[in-house]
Amino acid sequence: MCLAIPGKIVELLPERENLALVEVSGVRRKIDVGLLDDDPAKAGDWVLIHVGFAMSKISERDAADQMRILAMLGEDEAAMQEIEGYGLGDSEPRPSEPRPLGSG
Amino acid sequence: MRFVDEFREPELIAKATQEIRRLTDSERLYRLMEVCGGHTHAIYRFGLKDLLPPNIELIHGPGCPVCVLPMGRIDDGLSMTDDREVIFTAFGDMMRVPGTHGSPLEYKARGADVRIVYSPADALKLAQANPDRHVMFFAIGFETTAPSTALTLTRARALGIRNFSVFCNHVTIIPAIRAILDSPDMRLDAFIGPGHVSTVIGCRPYEWIARHENKPIVVSGFEPLDMLESIVMLLRQLRDGRAEVENQYKRVVPWEGNRAALKAMAEVFQLRPYFEWRGMGFISQSALRLRDSYADFDAEQRFRIPGIRVTDPKAAQCGEVLKGVLKPAQCKLFGNECTPENPVGALMVSSEGSCAAYYNYEHRKAALTGLTALTMPAQAI
Repeated sequence: MCLAIPGKIVELLPERENLALVEVSGVRRKIDVGLLDDDPAKAGDWVLIHVGFAMSKISERDAADQMRILAMLGEDEAAMQEIEGYGLGDSEPRPSEPRPLGSG
Repeated sequence: MRFVDEFREPELIAKATQEIRRLTDSERLYRLMEVCGGHTHAIYRFGLKDLLPPNIELIHGPGCPVCVLPMGRIDDGLSMTDDREVIFTAFGDMMRVPGTHGSPLEYKARGADVRIVYSPADALKLAQANPDRHVMFFAIGFETTAPSTALTLTRARALGIRNFSVFCNHVTIIPAIRAILDSPDMRLDAFIGPGHVSTVIGCRPYEWIARHENKPIVVSGFEPLDMLESIVMLLRQLRDGRAEVENQYKRVVPWEGNRAALKAMAEVFQLRPYFEWRGMGFISQSALRLRDSYADFDAEQRFRIPGIRVTDPKAAQCGEVLKGVLKPAQCKLFGNECTPENPVGALMVSSEGSCAAYYNYEHRKAALTGLTALTMPAQAI
């Protein structure tokens, strides 16, 4: 939870305010961008994501660094599992196995 | 120098470590606390200690939300599953954390409806999809996750959803630092400030540490080079007799933080007068509860919560480790009764806890090379 996941905003979705499609290592999920209201998100922005919400904008280079850090810490799989687990916009969150303790 | 090969900029790493040696007075001991569990994990993973002179001691702070949650709160949260209408939701990190009568996962095995969510927004979604059930979200975390819970609650209210509640265990980092500084056996010289928490709260909330406690603090990124640079900045302040808040992680952390996130938190939460931290006892104004205007969504108001208190096991010395009085391996239980597989104390519960990080990297390494008995005196007993 301390470590954020970097992603790229693909598009803002019309179905609800502050809903955006984000891509993380090729996986696309919907996240909430309502916490960026002071500097609204737009397509092409890189963001740090915590628990399904974009928390800050970063540069592309910092996004790459953050992904590398997650990999070096052995947290990249847990991060991808988190991203894949986001169920916003689906009828229900996808069922999934519990992550190992403390991951993420 | 275990992981040096993985470092992206080895020449900069070498330069920073050289500068650290130059700035270090061999006559004195430097005790630096990294507040954030993510930093603790990174320090062990990257073997940063091996790059530092022996008189720089890194002390691992309270920044692991799973670790500092008292067992009684887990019991309280799980008590709501007695009502079979309730769907208990929590992050995956919580699922194996033991309560008195088992972890959330064990409750699930016994028939309770326990589900993992990766976002509070998904818990809300689940409530919308199950109008005949009640979805309770077990919220934990510092300021990195609290704004998301807050925004989810404002959305729930705007949507007029009636079958959703939050059992709020959000804590705030500043009072924990204050408690550590107020402790009589405290012996810290400076702080490595949290990275992603600071994207939300900014750097201003740390100013009292510099101004009133006369301790330097540097907000730091998570790269090995970030942390070494932060240590250089702290050592320079200590050498010059300065105590300031500095931001090494400027590329991500704005000085003012994230105002929209702070606004969402202020709208939904208020400070609790006090809250219990595992290993540290009660700390005043250190946690958040829902405001009365959100009482309909407050699990503590909607359910009869037993208010269970479970005393930390006496033999576990988590508090001393947190304050830097003891190192993880000096605790009597470390590695014997208390392991990551079978945690007794708070700091063994999550990989971001200092004891678990120490166990996973240092202890296992020592065991592999057959040095356990030599390097871990607590183990020999």
